[in-house]
Amino acid sequence: MSEIRFSEEHEWIRVDGDIGTVGISDYAQQQLGDVVFVELPQVGTKIKARSEAAVVESVKAASEVYAPASGEVTEVNAALPDNPALVNEDAAGKGWFFKMRLSDKSELGKLMDAAAYAAYVEGLH
Amino acid sequence: MTDPSTDLKRTPLHALHVELGAKMVPFAGYDMPVQFPRGILAEHDHTRTSCGLFDVSHMGQAFLASAADVAGALETLVPGDLKALAPGQMRYTQLLNEQGGILDDLMVTRPLAPQASELFLVVNAACKDSDFAHIAQRLRGRATLRRADERALIALQGPEAVHVLSRHCDGAAALKFMHAAPLVVAGIPCLVSRSGYTGEDGFEISVPNERAEGLARLLLVEPEVMPIGLGARDSLRLEAGLCLYGHDIDATTTPIEAGLAWSISKRRRAEGGFPGAAVLQKQLADGVSRKLVGIRAEGRQPARDGAEVQDAAGAKVGIVTSGGFGPTVGGPVAMGYVATAYAGTGTLVRLIVRGKALPAKVAALPFIAKRYAKS
Repeated sequence: MSEIRFSEEHEWIRVDGDIGTVGISDYAQQQLGDVVFVELPQVGTKIKARSEAAVVESVKAASEVYAPASGEVTEVNAALPDNPALVNEDAAGKGWFFKMRLSDKSELGKLMDAAAYAAYVEGLH
Repeated sequence: MTDPSTDLKRTPLHALHVELGAKMVPFAGYDMPVQFPRGILAEHDHTRTSCGLFDVSHMGQAFLASAADVAGALETLVPGDLKALAPGQMRYTQLLNEQGGILDDLMVTRPLAPQASELFLVVNAACKDSDFAHIAQRLRGRATLRRADERALIALQGPEAVHVLSRHCDGAAALKFMHAAPLVVAGIPCLVSRSGYTGEDGFEISVPNERAEGLARLLLVEPEVMPIGLGARDSLRLEAGLCLYGHDIDATTTPIEAGLAWSISKRRRAEGGFPGAAVLQKQLADGVSRKLVGIRAEGRQPARDGAEVQDAAGAKVGIVTSGGFGPTVGGPVAMGYVATAYAGTGTLVRLIVRGKALPAKVAALPFIAKRYAKS
């Protein structure tokens, strides 16, 4: 059973064993609007929690995607650079950005679960 | 909690935008729609292929009147040839400072008779208060400026605009590009011009505030018409190579550097008689040190306002003033100033985005073929 957690910067991470799949939330894609460009990290890159891991740009603006947890990038979504609209169409699914091998699963405790994130987003309005 | 939106002004179409589900943002002191639920890409494409409706009521409208020579009076502030404007004709020009820098760009219309001693002005929203104060003060005793704050402005743009408007307005189809006439639209007396900011055929309709929402609702019922926000307005004008004040042109750039020499007639170049005339005449004779150009980067990543332009060796040769994704072009497009040696179409440059150098080429403007109505 995988669990999904959210950061205050609107990334999600779905954890299966030691591997976390990372993307941006549906709220984030709605705020960005039409995504036209995505820059993904290199496989093998070691990234720290809350450091910049990817870039997403909409017609309007550019924005950083931060790693919700620390670890090493093991895979990137190869479909995304040629079809960045996947982020708008299915932010929580086909629009995933990268997978990482988590180096410290205790970091996940600092992230929000789906209910807490929903309340957090509600509070932004 | 304070609500920052309470300080913002609202156009007569504000309630309609909210009802249509627009995402509202502050722009030039107004609470304006940046996009509607369909999104910027869909709005952009729809305007290029069918017909988009834009609320541009935040822009400044005014009438300038004079007992004597109103065109001659305004010519002392702008380099455009206003004396040559026939009744019903409109022209693009710029308010200049003494250095030839651009205080604002504007459209000037000489209305059809009986108001032949009047000019109708449309200026940018962010500049309108300073523009109108400047014009009133500089022309005191020669001409009288009357702000037309009682009027809204609705733009109908795209290849189907002429068919849509013709259903509600006799005379729309007969208007030539860059001409205007007082026309009745759906029973409402309006000032209609064939003009716009998208590179497409289209109209701008100046309508009394209290009739604006009714007119917009009526036009939005037409199957071709979709409401369009400021986001697509920006991507449409950028692809069309049209300058945005405060980005591509400002008080530190001249019309010659900005590639707007076409808007200054032979007579005005020779005679001068506008602020900064000596500067512009020298630039026309000797050339300029930098030019506004189009730039296309390889790949998909947009370079935005402020990105550095470098030559192949990594030396700074310019700066991006507008940039983003061009939906019709299908890739990133930008405009910016580069040293004149790098201004030739096809020159290889690099755009610096997030510390990375994107290979790019200087490109001809506009990025898309303009499709104005033949005049």
